[in-house]
Amino acid sequence: MTLLRWSARLPGAVVYGALLVGLFFAFIYAPPEAYMGQVYRIMYFHISSAWTCLVAFTVVFVSSLLYLLGKGDHWDLLAHCAGEVGLLFTTITLLSGSIWGRAVWLVWWTWEPLLTATLILWFLYAGYLLIRSAAQGDPARMRLSAVWAVLSYVDVPIIVLAVAMMRGLHPQTIEGFNINLDPRMTLSLFINYAAVMLLALYLLGRRVQLAKTAETVAALKERFRF
Amino acid sequence: MAYLFAAYAVIWTALFLYITGLRGRQERLAREVERLREAMGQEPGPES
Repeated sequence: MTLLRWSARLPGAVVYGALLVGLFFAFIYAPPEAYMGQVYRIMYFHISSAWTCLVAFTVVFVSSLLYLLGKGDHWDLLAHCAGEVGLLFTTITLLSGSIWGRAVWLVWWTWEPLLTATLILWFLYAGYLLIRSAAQGDPARMRLSAVWAVLSYVDVPIIVLAVAMMRGLHPQTIEGFNINLDPRMTLSLFINYAAVMLLALYLLGRRVQLAKTAETVAALKERFRF
Repeated sequence: MAYLFAAYAVIWTALFLYITGLRGRQERLAREVERLREAMGQEPGPES
């Protein structure tokens, strides 16, 4: 939770600066790709968003588990907020990947393992947010949404395995635990990932603050019967 | 290059929409807090 308190105080200018540095590395420092030319530069935000959404859903999983184990309602709040941020970056991953796919494979979509698993992930966590939003403070419904979040996490290791081991149209930039990229591209990728993670932390911090304020307002209204 | 531009335009638009949505919710809450303060007979708080 210290990380959350820190992220809530993170100035927006720091995040914007980090993203600008990422853009510099993605567009200026990294060389063009031998076969895809300049269009491959979509990769830097696409892969960074994909990794970020997996981290966000891991936070949802752990937080939901802790909530189900009775460790406190604040874990459910964190899960809800992380789920929203995770869904945002999953959406960005799917949309940017679709555009990249159109440019390289000449199709907007194909039902290959990694893309299919990621689309399923999107629906699973969109479902979680729908169930959680409908809970309206009802403990039984909040527990139901937490169970849904925990069960939905099974798709995350499937996606990790699909990246590492399954062959499809998707570029094999990562095989096992090796990254098959020019060193400058690898550096640019990790810098962009750091910038996108910082952005995700910033958004999560702000979202959690908003949720806590909403809870306080609801409690005041309940107490004073407004 | 058009696809590269389109991809980053979609990315930044999605981020912009989410951040704008967050700000909108924050402002609605701030108005709610002010309304509660007034209803409870307190001095209005500082502008958020």
